[in-house]
Order: sequence, then C-alpha cells, then structure tokens
Amino acid sequence: MTGSVEVVYRGIFQKHLGQRITRGIVLAAVKEGKVGISFGRYGDSPERNGIPAKSFAVVADNEEELQAYLSRYEPSNNDVTVAVDDTLCKGVESWAWYGLQPINKLTRPGGTVLATSMQSPEELLKDCHRKDAEWSLAVIKAIPSFSGLWVYKDDHTDVRVLGAIARLAPHVVKLESVEAAIRDEWGDELKVASVRKAYERVEIRKVRPDEGNPEKPYEFQLPKWWEMKEGLVIPGIPVKQEVEGWEGGYRPGRNPTFKKFSTRTMRPVVDFEICTKCTLCWLQCPDSCFDVTPTGHYDANMEACCGCGVCEAVCPVENCITMVNEAAFADNASQFETYEKDKDAYKTWLKGKIEDKVVTYRSHGFRYRGQYEEELAQMAAGGQLHSGVQSINEEPGAGPG
Amino acid sequence: MTVATKPAAAADKEMLISGCAAIAQALRLADIDVVTAYPIRPYDTVMQAVAKLIANGELDAEYIVASSEHDQFEIVKHASAVGARVFCGSSGVGWMYAMEAIAVTPALRLPMVALVGNRALDDPGAFGCEHNDALCVRDLGWMLTWVDTAQEALDTALIAYRVAEDPRIFLPCAIGADGAFLTHSETIVKVPSKEKVDQFLPKYDRGDKLLHPDNPITIAPQVNEDWVMEIRKQNDEAMRRARGVIQEAFRDFHKIFGRQGGNPFVESYMADDAEVILFGQGTLSMPVKVGVRKLREQGHKVGFVRLRWLRPFPTPEVQEALGRAKAVGVVDRDYSFGSPNYGAVLYNEVRSALYDLPKRPHVISFICGLGGREVTLDSVVEMSEILLKVAKTGKVEQPNYWIGVRG
Ligand code: SF4
Ligand code: SF4
Repeated sequence: MTGSVEVVYRGIFQKHLGQRITRGIVLAAVKEGKVGISFGRYGDSPERNGIPAKSFAVVADNEEELQAYLSRYEPSNNDVTVAVDDTLCKGVESWAWYGLQPINKLTRPGGTVLATSMQSPEELLKDCHRKDAEWSLAVIKAIPSFSGLWVYKDDHTDVRVLGAIARLAPHVVKLESVEAAIRDEWGDELKVASVRKAYERVEIRKVRPDEGNPEKPYEFQLPKWWEMKEGLVIPGIPVKQEVEGWEGGYRPGRNPTFKKFSTRTMRPVVDFEICTKCTLCWLQCPDSCFDVTPTGHYDANMEACCGCGVCEAVCPVENCITMVNEAAFADNASQFETYEKDKDAYKTWLKGKIEDKVVTYRSHGFRYRGQYEEELAQMAAGGQLHSGVQSINEEPGAGPG
Repeated sequence: MTVATKPAAAADKEMLISGCAAIAQALRLADIDVVTAYPIRPYDTVMQAVAKLIANGELDAEYIVASSEHDQFEIVKHASAVGARVFCGSSGVGWMYAMEAIAVTPALRLPMVALVGNRALDDPGAFGCEHNDALCVRDLGWMLTWVDTAQEALDTALIAYRVAEDPRIFLPCAIGADGAFLTHSETIVKVPSKEKVDQFLPKYDRGDKLLHPDNPITIAPQVNEDWVMEIRKQNDEAMRRARGVIQEAFRDFHKIFGRQGGNPFVESYMADDAEVILFGQGTLSMPVKVGVRKLREQGHKVGFVRLRWLRPFPTPEVQEALGRAKAVGVVDRDYSFGSPNYGAVLYNEVRSALYDLPKRPHVISFICGLGGREVTLDSVVEMSEILLKVAKTGKVEQPNYWIGVRG
C-alpha cells in the first residue's frame, strides 16, 4: 500500500521546514520496514521570498509499488496536504504552474488538509476552495513558523506536523515509528513529547463538497505550440490600462497570467485620509502594484502585490501604510473603492485589521536572547507556541495568548 | 522625349577569387549590416576580404573585432535580434569555443549566416580540413550546407540569407567550406550585379519579433518543463518548412541568375544507372568525379552523389539518388568514434535514410581525408573496387574502412 503527503510551504522562509517534514515521514516509514522517497517539486523556486513551493513524501510497502511515484514531479492524490502557512489555504500559485491551485486540489477524496494556524478549522475553511468530494480540514494550533534561507527555527513545527500526520494517515506513518525516527535523528525527548501532543490535539473537521470558498479559482490554459510566439518572444505589457469610471486615474499594465494572490503572507492596508500623495509607495513598489486613483491616491492592487513591505517602509507618514497578515482578509477587493463607498466603515475596518493581534502575529525567527528556551518551556507545558514577531514597542516575551 | 525603360541588369563580372573571397562578395551584394571577426585559419580569409571591401568603400557595414569567438557569435546574435543582417564565422576549435552562443541561436530564431571554414579540431593543432567542427551543430536547429566550388559558395551564401531570413524559417544557417581546397584556392567566379541580387533577396524584416523600444518584447525567458517541449516543436516545424523554402529559393535563383538549376539538395554525377555509388560532401567531389570517369571508361558502372544540405536532411532525394544502386560507399571527412559499425556521421545518416526502402543497397563506410589529407585518385579507385566487389558478391565483409591511413 502506498501513501503520500505534500507539504506546501513558503519559499526561503519555510524551505527547511518543508524538507524536514517530508524527510521525517520517510525516516519513520523505514522504521516500519517500508520504502520511501522525499523530494521537492523541481520546477518550484524555493529560494524566492514567499513563493509557494512543495515538498513531497511517498511511502510504499516495496520498491515496485514506489515506482509509480518515481520520476514524477508531484503525486496527485495525496493522503495529507500540509499547509505550513495557513494563508496558503487561499490557494497556491507557484513558479511551477500557472493559475491558482486550490490547496486541496491534490488531496485525494477523503484525504486531509492539515494547517498550522491560530485560526480554527471553521474560520480557515472560508479560505479553502470547494472540492468535488468529501475531505477533512485539520489544524494544529500554532503561529506559522518562518525562518531564513540559512537558518532554521527549531520551534518543533516539523515534529508536531509529523505527529498530526500519524493521527490523520496511520497507513502512511504510525505514531510509534515517528517517535522512533525522531529519537534516532535528533535524540530529543522534548520533541517526542511534542509529537504526542500534536497527535492528541490536532483538531479535525469533516468537510462536505458544498462547504468552503465557492469562488472559481483563477485558471490559466497553457497554450499549444502553434499558439505560442516563435523565437521565445513574449510581448511586452502595456504601460497603462484605463479603468472605467476612473477619469484621471489609471492602472499599470500587469502580467495577465500570473496573479500574486498567493505569493504574499502580508498585505498593505492604506489610510487614505492621512496619505499626502507623495508618490513614494507608487514609485518604490517593485511590482507596480499601485493603481492611480482619480483623486490622486495610490491603491495597492492585490492582483499584483507580493507582500514585500517596501511601501510600508518608504511611506513617510506614520501609520499610513501598515502590513497586515494575509490571513486577515477574505478577498482581494480594492481598498480605495471600499473607502469611497463608505469612509467611516472603511476606517473601522482598517482599525480592526491593524489591531487584530491573533492573526497579525507571525513567527519570523527569534528576536531576543532566551526566546528559544522560553518557547520550549511553553511547548513542554502546552504543546503550543505563543510567541511571534515582537512589535517594536513590546516588552520581550510579551506575545499574544 | 525620352521613354523611361527598366535598365537591363548588368552582366555578371568574372573575378579570380578564393572561396572565402567569393563569400565576401556575396556579403557585399547582400549588403550586410554587422560582421564580427576573430582570426582563426582558414575562416580568417573571409574576414580579411570583408575588411578590404569595407576599407575600399564597397561595403558599408559595422565591422566588430571581438575578443573571442564566443563574443563574436554573441554580438551578431544580438545584432540580428535588433534587425541587422549579420555574418559571422569561424573554424575548428574557434567554432567550438563559441558553442554556447551558437547553440542558443536556433531557439531564438535568429537568421544568422555563418561560414565554417572546416578545420580539424585540436589536438593535435592542425589546419587541415575535417568536418567535425561544423557537424557539432547537426542536431541543434542550424541549417547546414556544404559547398564545393567558389561559385557555389557565393551563390549559396545569397540563398542562405534568403532562406534563413524567411519569416517562415528564421533559423541560422552555417555554410561548410573545406579548409584550403576551397577557402584558399582562387578560381574564376561569376559575381552578379547588385540589381539582380536585390530582386532575389528581400530586406530582413523581423516583424513583431524585432527587439526595439517601439516594439516592447522580452526574449529568451527562463521557463520550466511546461514550455520547453513546445519551443522545441516550433524549431522542428521550422526545419521541416525549410525544405520547401530552400526549393523556392533555388527556383527563384535560377530564374534570376541562370545558375543553380539542378537539384538543390543532392548533386548526382553519373549515378542514374550506377551499380555502385560513392557519396560525400564538399570538395572531395573533385577527385571522386575524376575517378568515376576513369572507372566508367573501364566499363564499371560507378557514380557519385554529393550531399549539398545536411540539415534539413533531404531524405527523399537521398533515397531517390541511391536507392537503385547495389552498393553505396559513404565517404566521411569526419569521425564518430564508437558509433554503429565504427562508421562516421554521414554514413549513419545515409544508412538511416535508406532503411525504410523496401529494397536497399548495402552501405559501406569510408573514413578518408582526415586532417586535410588529400583524397587521391588511388583512394577513389580503392573505394570503388571495394563497392564493386560488394555489388558482385552481395556480401559485406567489412562495414568500415579507413582509406589512406598509413599502416
Ligand atoms: S507590499 Fe507594497 S511595495 Fe510590496 S508589492 Fe505589495 S504594494 Fe508593492
Ligand atoms: S507613500 Fe504613503 S503618503 Fe506617500 S502616497 Fe503612498 S500612501 Fe500616500
């Protein structure tokens, strides 16, 4: 019997995490006398900030069974799909394909999407696209773990995910074999304890085909060879495109086939009332995201934003642009249009987004000496991590929770 | 009152020039825009001839002396992308040094025309002719033609531009010219008038593939496995179309210049009724034709077929020209160590082309004239006798012979 798991992760920030999980699955399966393979999706670009990428593990009873999964880029019927960043539940658009792939697209009917998230399965389900079959959504409560290209944040996310997989798909790996593999690989009993806690505490919710985000994901048809321009020629994108009813404003031309809905983990929100129209955000944005509105404001268009945070950094007006966790948003609507419709409602919305501490916290490495030890203690006590990026004004150690 | 009449096209001018100088004349007539140079023998004679034309005010072109062969090909590659008619060339290991730029040119669909003055690949350092240098692009999407006289060199260079720059094709074309025998020997060549050439060769128009600020495009992106096969298929189709476009170009050439009326792909010499046929390309046609005549006088039905275009390979023409013979000897001025039957490149191509015939001749491989060694009359007789024996007995005792090697 074969089993496979895909781990969807964010380029650079979670590259090591993705690989550690899929390696862990194979190492655990070997303890059961099985064979396996762990590999990254080759066409991905795991060295690009935040670009969704994938790592896979396939285990089988013998080499012949495994062959059906070898020399392939991605298994298409996974027992478990892991989203190590919950914002990936909105869909995946990596460098390896075109169009938005729903997070559960390669999950087999009856399989499970497992996310690390501070949201409940109920809340997270709003982001996940519908599927033509029953499936489950499972959550390990945790702030998604982000680190860097050269460093790995050993906050137990990897082993917790392995523990949850043992619960969700015991035919892939059993709890005991995960524990044995972890003892062999790391010799760390605290990690073994984390595995067990995640095994017990993973929240699982069955999902019917009529539940979830009803939106039809953005699709892109690959052209036939005779439809492609010869000579590797790609026509340029027009500088401007007019927007109806936007006299005086315009939208920069953009790549029609590559949206960036899923590349970002954060997005800017703009307080149009205090904006001085200085143009800096519009000039400095590396992705030409800002539509120029008829009023001379700059509206970050979510079809193009990769979430880099440059606009927040260059805006000279305090609190005018704020980067907010992507998990806090349900759609890609224009902020300026919402603002124009009802200015007061917009202000309330904006305030709510900025102050939403549950989702705004992200775990981008360690910020002060002693944080790791502190987190380990939390983990040992509750099996759940509470710290994240410290805001500039916060005391060390004062995370949410 | 005078009546305006179309001036009669000026007559061809006869000049005593080398194969390389003949190509330089074609470049003048084609009014090329950019030429790059880096010296290596025997190609460098064309570079000298072009420099002289520019210095004499006969040709107005950008002449760029590059810092290496790699730069040489990179520069013309980019010039071609911005709409310049370009010329480039090299020999032996110089051509190999430029291989990275040479290899990417077909996928970019840049109609570069290049001369490969065929030279043995080092080591040992040697000037003499071998075809392995040009053959390295056999599989890459370059059109590849071999010429055997200075006249054919001039004519083929004009035809090469016409075919390469045809928007249905846009593929680079390399002209193989045997080092010394063709590149450095002077014969009388008919050089046509500019007016005639203008009738034959339209301006290079890259259309919407032109790299220009007024036509914003990106070329040569990085892609993944979802795209490469389609791009290769496009090249395959362009190469398939090249066959028809070459035929068209020869037809028009013949109409305008009165030359090149024969089969564009193969030259058959006393081969129609031949029992045995020698097959090869380039200047070995000279001693082989002499040998064929001599053997015919002695009553042997020997013939010769010369391949003119290796890419696109003229499968039907080769089948037609060789199919009726009892034995065919493919004379390779190249090697392909360890290949089937230890034969060489042309041998395996020809054998493959004949495979689908219901009744096919025996095919023997002759490796001959390496490193510029002369293919002598004695060698031709020796090869013919081997073939005649195969024809008579119907048995192939040995599939491959090295002809003219001491030992
Ligand atoms: S975060 Fe700001 S600067 Fe960065 S891509 Fe988005 S809009 Fe542009
Ligand atoms: S940088 Fe800030 S103040 Fe300047 S235009 Fe952008 S949002 Fe307005």
